Amino acid sequence: MTDQEMLTTFDQLLRDLLGDESIVLTMASTRADVPSWDSFQYVTFIAAAEMKLGIKFRIADVESFATVGDIVKETQKLLRK
Amino acid sequence: MQPLTAMNWLARPGDFRPALKAAGAIGDTAERLNALATLAQWRLDLVETIQLDNALRRAAAAEVKGFATIRLALLSSATIDHLLPAMRVAALRRRLRLEIYKPSFGQYRQELFDPDSALYAFRPDLVLLSLSASELIAGLSLAASTEDAARAESAALSGLRELWRKAREIARAGVIQQSFLDTSDALFGSFDRQVAGAPARLIERLNVALADAAAEDGVVLLDVARFSARDGLGHWFDVTRWLQGKIEIAPEAASIYGELLARLIGAQRGLSKKCLVLDLDNTLWGGVVGDVGLEGIVLGQGSATGEAHLALQRYAKSLAERGIILAICSKNEPAIVESVFRDHPEMILKRTDIAAFAVNWTDKAENLRSVATALNIGLDSLVFVDDNPVERARIREALPMVAVPELPDDPANYVRCIADAGYFEAVAFTEEDRQRAGQYAANNEREALRGSFQSMDEFLRGLQMSVQYGPITPVDLTRATQLINKTNQFNTTTRRLSTEEVSALAASPHGLTLQFRLLDRFGDNGLVSVMLLRSDPQQPQVLEVVNWVMSCRVFGRQLEDEAMNIAVEAARTLGAAWLQADFIATKKNGVISNLFEKLGFTRVEGETVAERSRWIIELADYTHRPTFISRGEGHDRSGDADDVRPVAARSAGR
Repeated sequence: MTDQEMLTTFDQLLRDLLGDESIVLTMASTRADVPSWDSFQYVTFIAAAEMKLGIKFRIADVESFATVGDIVKETQKLLRK
Repeated sequence: MQPLTAMNWLARPGDFRPALKAAGAIGDTAERLNALATLAQWRLDLVETIQLDNALRRAAAAEVKGFATIRLALLSSATIDHLLPAMRVAALRRRLRLEIYKPSFGQYRQELFDPDSALYAFRPDLVLLSLSASELIAGLSLAASTEDAARAESAALSGLRELWRKAREIARAGVIQQSFLDTSDALFGSFDRQVAGAPARLIERLNVALADAAAEDGVVLLDVARFSARDGLGHWFDVTRWLQGKIEIAPEAASIYGELLARLIGAQRGLSKKCLVLDLDNTLWGGVVGDVGLEGIVLGQGSATGEAHLALQRYAKSLAERGIILAICSKNEPAIVESVFRDHPEMILKRTDIAAFAVNWTDKAENLRSVATALNIGLDSLVFVDDNPVERARIREALPMVAVPELPDDPANYVRCIADAGYFEAVAFTEEDRQRAGQYAANNEREALRGSFQSMDEFLRGLQMSVQYGPITPVDLTRATQLINKTNQFNTTTRRLSTEEVSALAASPHGLTLQFRLLDRFGDNGLVSVMLLRSDPQQPQVLEVVNWVMSCRVFGRQLEDEAMNIAVEAARTLGAAWLQADFIATKKNGVISNLFEKLGFTRVEGETVAERSRWIIELADYTHRPTFISRGEGHDRSGDADDVRPVAARSAGR
């Protein structure tokens, strides 16, 4: 999966989760850029991404992801393993 | 083997997103809810469940006919917000709508003990207690003696019972207690189980004590401990989520958690399935009997596949022993099938175990309809087990109310799939449940007898029926309540009541409860009818039938006439002059829509709203209805003569 494909996957996941079709994620997006993407929805998003892709983020990484790009990059790393 | 959390008995939907969009766009509220309930029958992932829940919550605020609303208060010591969508979707799977209240984190105890709290204002029907074991055993050291541990256990238990007592005061339908998830890690190893203060041992003992206390106090148990142990804790508990936000039940287990909860709520309301309908070829045995003959089918005989089919038969037999009705629906030559049941030495299921036998070349949807009719139960009480995916899809399409498990390819996993699906969830196991299998066998004999008589009267006389009756006593309470809550057809008001409410009515000076057992030459049909009456203290001469239910097993046997004769006698003894009754029409009780008219009641005009009609009769005008049912004096079930005295005698003594 390319970074762009993964971004599209995450974009759709977040749209479904928050019920908001207007969301457009970029690699630079942060949680603050998306209305109602609060800490609860963030944990749900992470759990859903893990279940969908069959991966498991390290607890420190989940705490330190600053941008959607960070999540994409870490996901790529886990999928290559 | 698949974990329960995978919910593999449900089939995956086709294209979910457009289906959800289409359902959400339906203008009519009831139709929209219907479409959403259909989507809830599929196996949905975490995000799909949340999407469906969002659509559901947008769907309607007001009551919608056919979708009962239940107010549920969630009292939890861990984070459970992520479980709410799955709970609502699992309830929707049963056409129930959950309205949920959850005190803010860590506030459950304060709210429970404060009559001015938002919890009290919410007026829950049900309270669910979801507590972590760590909280209860926190004070105990690893060095604790056996006595210390026992003391801590009993302190924890009495604390819980205090919570239950409080919760019952505010929740009319009762309390559900979740068992404790053991998330502890080994300290010594296998030896943990022998160290009094080891968390694993404490939690295990706590769960055993909890189950006993809950049974004693009438609290319903949600046994996550058992199911997580069966799946492996890893499917239920994710330490990362716990560290991130005190999430004890992992998001992966959200769907099954909601499903297990909804099963209990459904069981309380009589929504559990009642009948297992089995296909034959490649389901009950291996091979196609029409092709290979009785000798050619694979069943037992040292074949592993044969043992797998035998295991399904054994499981079906166990279900019958706990009161589940068995039926057959198969495209086959009836004579060959009869010979398998009669002559195959390995068959565990006998022809007499089967209450309805639909073996022919007719369409299976048609056959399932006739099975439901023959057994006098709704189509939504059926579970249809068939190895053929085409037949399964056909039934899901034609009869969406019939549960159709997505049977795995391998017969070795058939039993597990049916067991995991939890169709037959129960919250009680009564004497009637134990006897049901025999009663259906006796019913087959009755039907045979009916065929041999020219007229209905001759048949009824030939049955030599007698009725035993009396007020509902503590011995009858569980069965009486079960009957009130499970019966959908002969149910005049479909008012569901808890055991507490029934016993309160029985004890009230303004209440009158009647229970009826019907016996005939084929045996005891058990406690088959309950009538609950109450008088308005302002108008003591008018006695109102709050609810009247009768098991479908005894329809058409004149018990409704004899029961009314008895009720009128009891009402006269109490000094009442009028008997009044509401009939509230539902989708299922059409069979008794003219019951009160037939019994001589007059409809009260002007008192009617949409589905409700009010009926009244002056006792002086009541003519005793002739029946072929004699009055039984005692019953053999109990040595206590007091609970069998006919109601008239008892009432006179009051």
